[in-house]
Amino acid sequence: MRYLLLIFALAVVVVMVVGGRRGDLSRRPPIELFADMDRQPKLRPQAPNDFFGDGRSSRLGVAGTVARGDHYQDLPINTGHMPGVTNVVESIPAEIKVDEALMNRGQQRFNINCSPCHGAQGDGNGITKRIGAMGVVADLHDPRIVKMTDGELFGIITNGKGLMGAYGPNVPVEDRWAIVAYLRALQLSRLGTLDDVPAPFRAQLKK
Amino acid sequence: MSDIFPKWTNRLPLMMITGALLGGTGVTAGVWYYCTNKYANVGYMPVQPVAFSHAIHADQLGMDCRYCHNAVEKSWYSNIPTSTLCMNCHNQVLKDDPKLALVRESAQSGEPIHWVQIHKVPDYVFFNHSVHVNRGLSCVECHGQVNKMDEVHQAKSLNMTFCLDCHRDPAAHLRPLDKITDLDWQPKSEESQRADGAKFMHDWKVESLQNCSTCHR
Ligand code: HEC
Ligand code: HEC
Ligand code: HEC
Ligand code: HEC
Ligand code: HEC
Ligand code: HEC
Repeated sequence: MRYLLLIFALAVVVVMVVGGRRGDLSRRPPIELFADMDRQPKLRPQAPNDFFGDGRSSRLGVAGTVARGDHYQDLPINTGHMPGVTNVVESIPAEIKVDEALMNRGQQRFNINCSPCHGAQGDGNGITKRIGAMGVVADLHDPRIVKMTDGELFGIITNGKGLMGAYGPNVPVEDRWAIVAYLRALQLSRLGTLDDVPAPFRAQLKK
Repeated sequence: MSDIFPKWTNRLPLMMITGALLGGTGVTAGVWYYCTNKYANVGYMPVQPVAFSHAIHADQLGMDCRYCHNAVEKSWYSNIPTSTLCMNCHNQVLKDDPKLALVRESAQSGEPIHWVQIHKVPDYVFFNHSVHVNRGLSCVECHGQVNKMDEVHQAKSLNMTFCLDCHRDPAAHLRPLDKITDLDWQPKSEESQRADGAKFMHDWKVESLQNCSTCHR
């Protein structure tokens, strides 16, 4: 009887030592005993797949084709410039309705996509610059950039410029225009003069 | 006769019963404790090909999850960013660091980095990120404090109880939509969470989905 209990206690200790506790960090993938229903032979996005030559389940577009819903037409709303030529459009195309919702969207998207580098104020003092990790970042209040047309800004977001990467692949067309609209508001906020303030409030500001 | 059955065999029935009881209890306890997601999946932290740290990028740099996981609001699948996105910064930051060699190579060649997938529900489970994220559920509910992890590990069990606990009572988890990716956000108090939760349930017409066909279709 003593041996029986001893063996049992030993077995428990061994299992506990080998098994560890719940939630312990582990490098080994979880064991799946009967994985047939758990892992079905279907394509998951971004998963490796042997069927295709390049081993990817997420297929790249075939050259010369357009995916449904793609913004492929050579229209100002998609490219920021006039069809067929490189002349950028002056202002946000009429298809995009500039209203409060768009501005709020623009603010949110600017803070997500642009502020790490350009800063929430757009002054080029994002966190990457402040910690000194990034050398060159443009100040979006620079008169040269303020003078750019909306189409040109859209083009820079879409295709990148100089050391800035392209955000076209990550930010949908509507959001890019929303960012342009918000960026305009940011720039305006620093261009105000005393004359923009309604007369009754001017005295207050002077103080 | 006594030579055939020695004296100790008298205790054999007792030993068999004790053994069976102990063994049965042991195996049951073992299965209960070990054969669940809470043991098998929680804490899974594979070695990633690049030592990418969410603690540096999401917490210290304060980047929004959606800068990289930009499909999470639109699709069922929350994408892993391409290496070109990393290069937007890393063409200047740590430009020649050996830790990023693979990222540079991958951005050049277009060959994706082979990140190891961590969170996985079985394929017979229908899951969708955008429904949850657009209904005021933060990443932290299902992924834990990713912004504090140097290497991502699975923090929640993601088993059926886990999903159902929330589906039975979403109000306890809903938060304002602009706090989705703010993993450190806490409700002011339990009562305020209750009140806000009930309001969100009403405003966004959130349902408590418990039919099997919600998740198994
Ligand atoms: C990864 C960091 C980074 C992010 C994120 C970023 N930029 Fe930039 N941006 C730069 C850098 C670096 C430059 C300077 C490029 C140069 O001069 O070579 C720049 C320059 C610019 C310029 C001026 C280009 C010129 O002609 O000088 C504009 C306009 C601009 N960015 C807008 C944006 C907008 C809008 C966003 C958000 C969608 C954004 N950027 C996001 C790094 C970034
Ligand atoms: C700089 C880009 C970047 C940012 C910002 C970012 N992530 Fe990630 N995330 C990645 C990359 C790359 C991976 C894949 C490598 C890994 O697992 O560490 C990943 C993996 C993950 C995974 C594990 C995926 C799996 O395989 O199961 C989760 C969960 C996750 N991220 C959540 C978040 C959350 C939540 C935030 C916001 C706090 C966030 N991420 C911010 C780039 C980013
Ligand atoms: C907003 C700009 C930005 C983006 C986008 C970005 N990083 Fe970083 N990354 C940084 C900064 C800043 C550091 C810290 C540099 C330092 O330590 O001086 C860093 C550090 C790192 C390090 C070194 C960490 C260490 O232990 O020192 C790695 C590896 C890395 N990043 C990988 C990635 C990968 C992979 C991606 C794409 C998913 C990515 N980064 C996207 C800004 C960025
Ligand atoms: C309701 C729970 C829940 C919420 C909220 C949630 N996730 Fe997930 N996430 C999951 C589950 C479950 C998986 C595994 C899905 C699978 O097997 O395909 C997952 C997988 C992932 C992956 C790996 C890729 C994939 O889709 O399989 C990433 C990256 C990720 N989540 C990021 C995020 C981010 C970022 C947020 C917040 C914006 C978030 N998740 C919010 C439950 C959630
Ligand atoms: C923290 C709370 C929470 C957790 C955890 C959670 N859910 Fe949900 N889930 C919700 C809410 C809220 C909704 C939205 C209900 C509605 O549409 O009104 C939802 C909706 C869904 C839907 C409906 C999608 C559709 O097309 O209508 C599915 C499927 C789903 N969840 C699956 C899951 C699975 C699988 C898990 C576990 C991995 C899970 N959920 C975990 C809160 C949660
Ligand atoms: C909120 C989503 C959700 C709902 C609703 C739901 N399930 Fe599940 N179910 C899951 C998830 C997630 C798993 C996978 C758990 C795991 O990883 O082992 C699962 C697994 C299962 C399994 C397999 C268990 C195993 O370990 O092999 C069965 C059987 C099952 N569910 C039946 C049901 C039935 C019956 C109902 C209706 C009463 C139901 N489920 C409703 C999410 C759900």
